[in-house]
Amino acid sequence: MGTQDIIDTLAGIEPESALDAIRARRLQARENAQKSYLALFEPIDASAFSLAERAAVAAFVTGLHGESPVAAFYREKLAANADGAPLLDAIKAEIERGKTSGPYGAYPAGPLSVENTAGLIYRVSAEGKPVLGARLVAALEHAHLLVFRPRDAASADMKALLVAGWSNTGIVTFSQLVAFLSFQVRVVTGLRVLGASLGPTAAGA
Amino acid sequence: MSAANNVNPPVVFTQDELGWVSWIDPLPEGELTERHFAGLVDRARAKSEYFRLLVRDPEVLEARTKTDKDIFYNVADGLPRAERELAAAATSRYNGCIYCASVHARFASTYSKRRDDVQRLLEEGVKADLGERWNAVVKASVALSATPIAFGPDNVEELRRAGLDDAEIVDVINGASFFNWANRLMLSLGEPTK
Repeated sequence: MGTQDIIDTLAGIEPESALDAIRARRLQARENAQKSYLALFEPIDASAFSLAERAAVAAFVTGLHGESPVAAFYREKLAANADGAPLLDAIKAEIERGKTSGPYGAYPAGPLSVENTAGLIYRVSAEGKPVLGARLVAALEHAHLLVFRPRDAASADMKALLVAGWSNTGIVTFSQLVAFLSFQVRVVTGLRVLGASLGPTAAGA
Repeated sequence: MSAANNVNPPVVFTQDELGWVSWIDPLPEGELTERHFAGLVDRARAKSEYFRLLVRDPEVLEARTKTDKDIFYNVADGLPRAERELAAAATSRYNGCIYCASVHARFASTYSKRRDDVQRLLEEGVKADLGERWNAVVKASVALSATPIAFGPDNVEELRRAGLDDAEIVDVINGASFFNWANRLMLSLGEPTK
Protein backbone atom coordinates (compact mmCIF):
# COMPACT_ATOMS: atom_id res chain seq x y z
CA MET A 1 0.00 0.00 0.00
CA GLY A 2 2.67 2.50 -0.99
CA THR A 3 0.26 4.64 -3.00
CA GLN A 4 -1.34 7.62 -1.33
CA ASP A 5 -5.11 7.66 -1.27
CA ILE A 6 -6.14 9.92 -4.13
CA ILE A 7 -9.41 11.14 -2.61
CA ASP A 8 -7.68 12.00 0.68
CA THR A 9 -4.97 13.83 -1.22
CA LEU A 10 -7.37 15.83 -3.39
CA ALA A 11 -9.71 16.59 -0.48
CA GLY A 12 -6.80 17.63 1.77
CA ILE A 13 -7.57 15.01 4.43
CA GLU A 14 -4.64 14.60 6.82
CA PRO A 15 -3.89 11.42 8.78
CA GLU A 16 -5.44 11.47 12.27
CA SER A 17 -7.93 14.19 11.29
CA ALA A 18 -11.67 13.88 12.02
CA LEU A 19 -12.46 13.10 8.40
CA ASP A 20 -9.67 10.52 8.27
CA ALA A 21 -11.34 8.72 11.18
CA ILE A 22 -14.77 8.91 9.53
CA ARG A 23 -13.47 7.60 6.23
CA ALA A 24 -11.79 4.73 8.11
CA ARG A 25 -15.27 3.52 9.10
CA ARG A 26 -15.98 2.81 5.40
CA LEU A 27 -12.64 1.16 4.77
CA GLN A 28 -13.83 -1.10 1.95
CA ALA A 29 -15.34 1.87 0.11
CA ARG A 30 -12.21 3.93 0.67
CA GLU A 31 -9.89 1.18 -0.56
CA ASN A 32 -12.04 0.33 -3.54
CA ALA A 33 -12.52 3.93 -4.65
CA GLN A 34 -8.71 3.92 -4.72
CA LYS A 35 -8.63 0.59 -6.61
CA SER A 36 -11.15 2.01 -9.09
CA TYR A 37 -8.83 4.93 -9.71
CA LEU A 38 -5.85 2.61 -10.18
CA ALA A 39 -7.78 0.22 -12.44
CA LEU A 40 -8.76 3.17 -14.66
CA PHE A 41 -5.48 5.08 -14.71
CA GLU A 42 -2.90 2.31 -14.19
CA PRO A 43 -4.73 -0.57 -15.91
CA ILE A 44 -3.22 -3.98 -16.57
CA ASP A 45 -4.44 -3.70 -20.18
CA ALA A 46 -4.77 -0.33 -21.92
CA SER A 47 -5.15 -1.75 -25.44
CA ALA A 48 -8.80 -0.66 -25.86
CA PHE A 49 -8.32 2.82 -24.33
CA SER A 50 -4.82 4.27 -24.21
CA LEU A 51 -3.35 6.02 -21.17
CA ALA A 52 -3.07 9.28 -23.12
CA GLU A 53 -6.75 9.03 -24.10
CA ARG A 54 -7.69 8.31 -20.48
CA ALA A 55 -5.80 11.37 -19.28
CA ALA A 56 -7.29 13.56 -22.01
CA VAL A 57 -10.86 12.49 -21.21
CA ALA A 58 -10.22 12.89 -17.47
CA ALA A 59 -8.82 16.41 -17.88
CA PHE A 60 -11.82 17.34 -20.02
CA VAL A 61 -14.44 15.83 -17.69
CA THR A 62 -13.04 17.27 -14.48
CA GLY A 63 -12.38 20.61 -16.17
CA LEU A 64 -16.04 20.80 -17.18
CA HIS A 65 -16.90 20.73 -13.46
CA GLY A 66 -14.94 23.96 -12.94
CA GLU A 67 -11.49 24.71 -11.63
CA SER A 68 -10.57 22.55 -8.62
CA PRO A 69 -7.68 20.49 -7.23
CA VAL A 70 -9.22 17.53 -9.08
CA ALA A 71 -9.19 19.33 -12.43
CA ALA A 72 -5.59 20.47 -11.85
CA PHE A 73 -4.56 16.91 -10.95
CA TYR A 74 -5.87 15.41 -14.20
CA ARG A 75 -4.49 18.28 -16.28
CA GLU A 76 -1.09 17.49 -14.82
CA LYS A 77 -1.59 13.80 -15.58
CA LEU A 78 -2.27 14.71 -19.22
CA ALA A 79 0.76 17.02 -19.36
CA ALA A 80 2.95 14.25 -17.92
CA ASN A 81 2.00 11.76 -20.65
CA ALA A 82 4.27 11.95 -23.72
CA ASP A 83 1.38 11.35 -26.12
CA GLY A 84 -1.01 13.43 -24.03
CA ALA A 85 0.99 16.62 -23.54
CA PRO A 86 0.54 17.79 -27.17
CA LEU A 87 -3.25 17.61 -26.57
CA LEU A 88 -3.27 19.83 -23.49
CA ASP A 89 -4.01 23.15 -25.19
CA ALA A 90 -6.75 21.63 -27.33
CA ILE A 91 -8.36 20.04 -24.25
CA LYS A 92 -8.24 23.35 -22.37
CA ALA A 93 -9.94 25.08 -25.31
CA GLU A 94 -12.61 22.36 -25.47
CA ILE A 95 -13.29 22.71 -21.73
CA GLU A 96 -14.01 26.41 -22.24
CA ARG A 97 -16.18 25.62 -25.24
CA GLY A 98 -18.12 22.93 -23.36
CA LYS A 99 -18.76 24.62 -20.00
CA THR A 100 -22.42 24.89 -19.06
CA SER A 101 -24.79 23.83 -16.24
CA GLY A 102 -26.52 20.48 -15.86
CA PRO A 103 -28.23 18.13 -15.66
CA TYR A 104 -30.54 18.84 -18.59
CA GLY A 105 -32.01 16.81 -21.42
CA ALA A 106 -35.13 15.01 -22.54
CA TYR A 107 -37.20 12.15 -21.09
CA PRO A 108 -38.93 9.44 -23.11
CA ALA A 109 -42.05 11.02 -24.66
CA GLY A 110 -44.89 11.03 -22.13
CA PRO A 111 -45.85 12.66 -18.84
CA LEU A 112 -42.21 13.54 -18.05
CA SER A 113 -41.83 15.55 -21.26
CA VAL A 114 -42.88 18.67 -19.34
CA GLU A 115 -39.58 18.33 -17.46
CA ASN A 116 -37.51 18.34 -20.66
CA THR A 117 -34.82 21.01 -20.47
CA ALA A 118 -32.89 22.25 -23.48
CA GLY A 119 -29.17 22.96 -23.27
CA LEU A 120 -25.89 22.90 -25.11
CA ILE A 121 -25.36 20.02 -27.53
CA TYR A 122 -21.58 20.16 -27.47
CA ARG A 123 -19.50 19.37 -30.53
CA VAL A 124 -15.71 19.56 -30.73
CA SER A 125 -14.47 22.71 -32.50
CA ALA A 126 -13.21 22.59 -36.08
CA GLU A 127 -9.73 23.58 -34.84
CA GLY A 128 -9.73 20.85 -32.22
CA LYS A 129 -10.65 17.98 -34.52
CA PRO A 130 -7.33 17.47 -36.35
CA VAL A 131 -5.35 17.75 -33.11
CA LEU A 132 -7.56 15.31 -31.17
CA GLY A 133 -8.34 12.76 -33.90
CA ALA A 134 -11.57 10.88 -34.58
CA ARG A 135 -11.53 8.64 -31.48
CA LEU A 136 -11.07 11.49 -29.01
CA VAL A 137 -13.50 13.77 -30.85
CA ALA A 138 -16.22 11.10 -30.43
CA ALA A 139 -15.12 10.49 -26.84
CA LEU A 140 -15.24 14.14 -25.79
CA GLU A 141 -18.65 14.65 -27.37
CA HIS A 142 -19.99 11.59 -25.56
CA ALA A 143 -18.27 12.54 -22.30
CA HIS A 144 -19.96 15.94 -22.43
CA LEU A 145 -23.31 14.21 -22.84
CA LEU A 146 -22.52 11.97 -19.84
CA VAL A 147 -21.52 14.90 -17.67
CA PHE A 148 -24.37 17.31 -18.46
CA ARG A 149 -27.26 15.46 -20.08
CA PRO A 150 -27.00 11.74 -19.33
CA ARG A 151 -30.75 11.26 -19.77
CA ASP A 152 -30.34 12.19 -23.45
CA ALA A 153 -28.20 9.10 -24.11
CA ALA A 154 -29.47 6.84 -26.90
CA SER A 155 -28.32 3.73 -28.71
CA ALA A 156 -27.19 5.97 -31.61
CA ASP A 157 -24.52 7.40 -29.29
CA MET A 158 -23.03 3.92 -28.90
CA LYS A 159 -22.98 3.57 -32.70
CA ALA A 160 -21.13 6.90 -33.01
CA LEU A 161 -18.39 5.59 -30.71
CA LEU A 162 -18.18 2.26 -32.55
CA VAL A 163 -17.91 4.08 -35.90
CA ALA A 164 -15.10 6.25 -34.47
CA GLY A 165 -13.08 3.12 -33.70
CA TRP A 166 -14.09 2.31 -30.12
CA SER A 167 -14.55 -1.38 -29.27
CA ASN A 168 -17.31 -2.66 -26.97
CA THR A 169 -14.75 -3.13 -24.21
CA GLY A 170 -13.23 0.29 -24.85
CA ILE A 171 -16.70 1.87 -24.55
CA VAL A 172 -17.29 0.12 -21.21
CA THR A 173 -13.99 1.33 -19.74
CA PHE A 174 -14.45 4.83 -21.17
CA SER A 175 -17.98 5.04 -19.71
CA GLN A 176 -16.69 3.80 -16.36
CA LEU A 177 -13.95 6.41 -16.39
CA VAL A 178 -16.32 9.32 -17.01
CA ALA A 179 -18.83 7.97 -14.48
CA PHE A 180 -16.13 7.29 -11.86
CA LEU A 181 -14.80 10.85 -12.20
CA SER A 182 -18.36 12.14 -11.72
CA PHE A 183 -18.25 10.28 -8.38
CA GLN A 184 -14.72 11.21 -7.41
CA VAL A 185 -15.06 14.95 -8.02
CA ARG A 186 -18.24 14.98 -5.90
CA VAL A 187 -16.79 13.04 -2.99
CA VAL A 188 -13.78 15.34 -2.97
CA THR A 189 -15.95 18.47 -3.08
CA GLY A 190 -18.32 17.16 -0.42
CA LEU A 191 -15.48 16.20 1.93
CA ARG A 192 -13.76 19.55 1.39
CA VAL A 193 -16.92 21.44 2.26
CA LEU A 194 -17.54 19.28 5.32
CA GLY A 195 -13.88 19.52 6.36
CA ALA A 196 -13.93 23.32 6.12
CA SER A 197 -16.97 23.39 8.44
CA LEU A 198 -14.99 21.49 11.08
CA GLY A 199 -12.31 24.17 11.32
CA PRO A 200 -8.63 23.98 10.37
CA THR A 201 -7.49 21.74 13.23
CA ALA A 202 -10.08 19.04 12.91
CA ALA A 203 -10.00 19.01 9.11
CA GLY A 204 -6.21 18.98 8.96
CA ALA A 205 -6.58 21.87 6.46
CA MET B 1 -26.86 -4.09 -30.86
CA SER B 2 -29.27 -6.21 -28.91
CA ALA B 3 -32.91 -6.69 -28.24
CA ALA B 4 -34.24 -3.32 -29.46
CA ASN B 5 -37.41 -5.06 -30.61
CA ASN B 6 -38.36 -6.29 -27.16
CA VAL B 7 -37.99 -3.01 -25.30
CA ASN B 8 -41.04 -1.41 -23.71
CA PRO B 9 -39.53 1.66 -22.04
CA PRO B 10 -41.23 3.14 -18.98
CA VAL B 11 -42.22 6.80 -19.44
CA VAL B 12 -42.68 7.70 -15.76
CA PHE B 13 -40.70 7.19 -12.54
CA THR B 14 -41.98 4.09 -10.77
CA GLN B 15 -41.25 1.77 -7.86
CA ASP B 16 -42.16 -1.22 -10.05
CA GLU B 17 -39.47 -3.74 -10.97
CA LEU B 18 -37.97 -2.94 -14.36
CA GLY B 19 -35.67 -4.82 -16.70
CA TRP B 20 -32.66 -3.32 -18.46
CA VAL B 21 -31.31 -4.08 -21.92
CA SER B 22 -27.85 -3.25 -23.20
CA TRP B 23 -27.22 -1.27 -26.38
CA ILE B 24 -23.86 -2.98 -26.93
CA ASP B 25 -22.90 -6.62 -26.57
CA PRO B 26 -22.45 -8.03 -23.07
CA LEU B 27 -20.05 -10.96 -22.74
CA PRO B 28 -21.83 -14.28 -23.31
CA GLU B 29 -22.18 -16.25 -20.07
CA GLY B 30 -20.21 -19.13 -21.60
CA GLU B 31 -17.15 -16.92 -22.17
CA LEU B 32 -16.74 -15.83 -18.54
CA THR B 33 -13.43 -16.83 -16.94
CA GLU B 34 -12.31 -16.75 -13.31
CA ARG B 35 -10.98 -13.21 -13.92
CA HIS B 36 -14.51 -12.20 -14.92
CA PHE B 37 -16.14 -13.94 -11.96
CA ALA B 38 -13.77 -12.05 -9.65
CA GLY B 39 -15.00 -8.85 -11.30
CA LEU B 40 -18.65 -9.83 -10.80
CA VAL B 41 -17.98 -10.36 -7.05
CA ASP B 42 -21.30 -12.30 -6.76
CA ARG B 43 -21.36 -15.19 -9.25
CA ALA B 44 -25.14 -14.83 -9.58
CA ARG B 45 -24.56 -11.51 -11.32
CA ALA B 46 -23.51 -13.51 -14.40
CA LYS B 47 -27.26 -13.74 -15.10
CA SER B 48 -27.53 -9.95 -15.44
CA GLU B 49 -26.99 -8.35 -18.85
CA TYR B 50 -25.82 -5.14 -17.17
CA PHE B 51 -23.09 -6.84 -15.16
CA ARG B 52 -22.04 -9.06 -18.07
CA LEU B 53 -21.53 -5.84 -20.02
CA LEU B 54 -19.54 -4.08 -17.28
CA VAL B 55 -17.43 -7.20 -16.71
CA ARG B 56 -15.71 -6.42 -20.02
CA ASP B 57 -13.45 -4.46 -17.63
CA PRO B 58 -13.37 -6.83 -14.64
CA GLU B 59 -10.93 -4.89 -12.45
CA VAL B 60 -12.97 -1.69 -12.64
CA LEU B 61 -16.22 -3.57 -12.04
CA GLU B 62 -14.85 -5.38 -9.00
CA ALA B 63 -13.62 -2.18 -7.37
CA ARG B 64 -16.85 -0.36 -8.24
CA THR B 65 -19.01 -3.14 -6.80
CA LYS B 66 -17.08 -3.24 -3.52
CA THR B 67 -17.26 0.55 -3.22
CA ASP B 68 -21.03 0.39 -3.77
CA LYS B 69 -21.60 -2.39 -1.25
CA ASP B 70 -19.75 -0.66 1.57
CA ILE B 71 -21.42 2.71 0.97
CA PHE B 72 -24.91 1.22 1.04
CA TYR B 73 -24.79 -2.04 3.00
CA ASN B 74 -22.32 -1.32 5.78
CA VAL B 75 -24.81 -0.26 8.45
CA ALA B 76 -22.68 -1.04 11.51
CA ASP B 77 -22.81 2.72 12.12
CA GLY B 78 -23.71 5.93 10.34
CA LEU B 79 -26.79 6.91 8.37
CA PRO B 80 -29.74 4.47 8.40
CA ARG B 81 -29.97 2.40 5.22
CA ALA B 82 -33.32 4.03 4.33
CA GLU B 83 -31.71 7.46 4.06
CA ARG B 84 -28.73 6.21 2.05
CA GLU B 85 -31.29 4.78 -0.37
CA LEU B 86 -33.15 8.09 -0.29
CA ALA B 87 -29.95 9.86 -1.36
CA ALA B 88 -29.58 7.34 -4.21
CA ALA B 89 -33.22 7.72 -5.28
CA ALA B 90 -33.12 11.53 -5.14
CA THR B 91 -29.90 11.64 -7.17
CA SER B 92 -31.42 9.28 -9.74
CA ARG B 93 -34.64 11.33 -9.89
CA TYR B 94 -32.63 14.51 -10.46
CA ASN B 95 -30.32 13.04 -13.10
CA GLY B 96 -33.27 11.36 -14.79
CA CYS B 97 -32.37 7.68 -14.37
CA ILE B 98 -35.75 5.92 -14.32
CA TYR B 99 -34.16 2.50 -13.83
CA CYS B 100 -31.88 3.48 -10.89
CA ALA B 101 -34.69 5.47 -9.28
CA SER B 102 -37.00 2.44 -9.42
CA VAL B 103 -34.55 0.17 -7.61
CA HIS B 104 -33.53 2.63 -4.91
CA ALA B 105 -37.00 4.08 -4.38
CA ARG B 106 -38.11 0.50 -3.65
CA PHE B 107 -35.25 0.05 -1.19
CA ALA B 108 -36.02 3.43 0.43
CA SER B 109 -39.66 2.36 0.84
CA THR B 110 -38.72 -1.04 2.25
CA TYR B 111 -36.32 0.31 4.85
CA SER B 112 -38.26 3.46 5.81
CA LYS B 113 -41.86 2.14 5.58
CA ARG B 114 -42.66 5.53 3.98
CA ARG B 115 -43.70 4.32 0.56
CA ASP B 116 -46.09 7.22 -0.06
CA ASP B 117 -43.38 9.81 0.65
CA VAL B 118 -40.97 7.99 -1.65
CA GLN B 119 -43.66 7.90 -4.32
CA ARG B 120 -44.11 11.68 -3.97
CA LEU B 121 -40.38 12.13 -4.58
CA LEU B 122 -40.80 10.18 -7.82
CA GLU B 123 -44.00 11.93 -8.92
CA GLU B 124 -43.40 15.52 -7.77
CA GLY B 125 -39.63 15.49 -8.14
CA VAL B 126 -36.85 16.62 -5.84
CA LYS B 127 -38.81 19.65 -4.57
CA ALA B 128 -41.44 17.43 -2.89
CA ASP B 129 -41.87 18.31 0.81
CA LEU B 130 -40.91 15.15 2.72
CA GLY B 131 -40.24 16.65 6.17
CA GLU B 132 -37.14 18.41 7.47
CA ARG B 133 -34.75 15.47 7.67
CA TRP B 134 -35.58 13.91 4.30
CA ASN B 135 -35.72 17.34 2.66
CA ALA B 136 -32.19 18.03 3.87
CA VAL B 137 -30.92 14.69 2.50
CA VAL B 138 -32.65 15.23 -0.86
CA LYS B 139 -31.44 18.82 -1.16
CA ALA B 140 -27.84 17.88 -0.35
CA SER B 141 -27.95 15.02 -2.88
CA VAL B 142 -29.30 17.35 -5.57
CA ALA B 143 -26.71 20.04 -4.81
CA LEU B 144 -23.93 17.45 -5.10
CA SER B 145 -25.36 16.17 -8.39
CA ALA B 146 -25.51 19.53 -10.14
CA THR B 147 -22.70 20.43 -12.54
CA PRO B 148 -20.96 22.64 -11.52
CA ILE B 149 -21.37 21.10 -8.07
CA ALA B 150 -23.60 23.30 -5.90
CA PHE B 151 -23.02 21.56 -2.54
CA GLY B 152 -21.86 24.08 0.07
CA PRO B 153 -21.76 25.03 3.77
CA ASP B 154 -25.54 25.65 3.78
CA ASN B 155 -26.16 22.01 2.92
CA VAL B 156 -23.91 20.84 5.75
CA GLU B 157 -25.65 23.20 8.15
CA GLU B 158 -29.09 21.99 7.05
CA LEU B 159 -28.09 18.34 7.49
CA ARG B 160 -26.77 19.09 10.98
CA ARG B 161 -29.97 20.93 11.93
CA ALA B 162 -31.90 17.88 10.74
CA GLY B 163 -29.91 15.77 13.23
CA LEU B 164 -27.16 14.21 11.13
CA ASP B 165 -23.66 13.95 12.60
CA ASP B 166 -20.48 14.27 10.53
CA ALA B 167 -20.19 10.54 9.80
CA GLU B 168 -23.82 10.47 8.63
CA ILE B 169 -23.16 13.48 6.40
CA VAL B 170 -20.27 11.56 4.84
CA ASP B 171 -22.72 8.73 4.13
CA VAL B 172 -24.97 11.21 2.29
CA ILE B 173 -21.98 12.52 0.33
CA ASN B 174 -20.88 8.98 -0.55
CA GLY B 175 -24.38 7.79 -1.46
CA ALA B 176 -25.26 10.73 -3.70
CA SER B 177 -21.80 10.79 -5.29
CA PHE B 178 -21.91 7.08 -5.99
CA PHE B 179 -25.19 7.45 -7.85
CA ASN B 180 -23.62 10.03 -10.10
CA TRP B 181 -21.44 7.10 -11.13
CA ALA B 182 -24.24 4.52 -11.38
CA ASN B 183 -26.76 6.78 -13.15
CA ARG B 184 -24.35 7.56 -15.97
CA LEU B 185 -23.69 3.89 -16.71
CA MET B 186 -27.33 2.83 -16.55
CA LEU B 187 -28.51 5.77 -18.68
CA SER B 188 -25.89 5.54 -21.39
CA LEU B 189 -25.13 1.86 -22.01
CA GLY B 190 -28.70 0.64 -22.39
CA GLU B 191 -32.27 1.33 -21.38
CA PRO B 192 -34.97 0.18 -18.98
CA THR B 193 -37.90 -1.94 -20.06
CA LYS B 194 -41.20 -2.74 -18.36
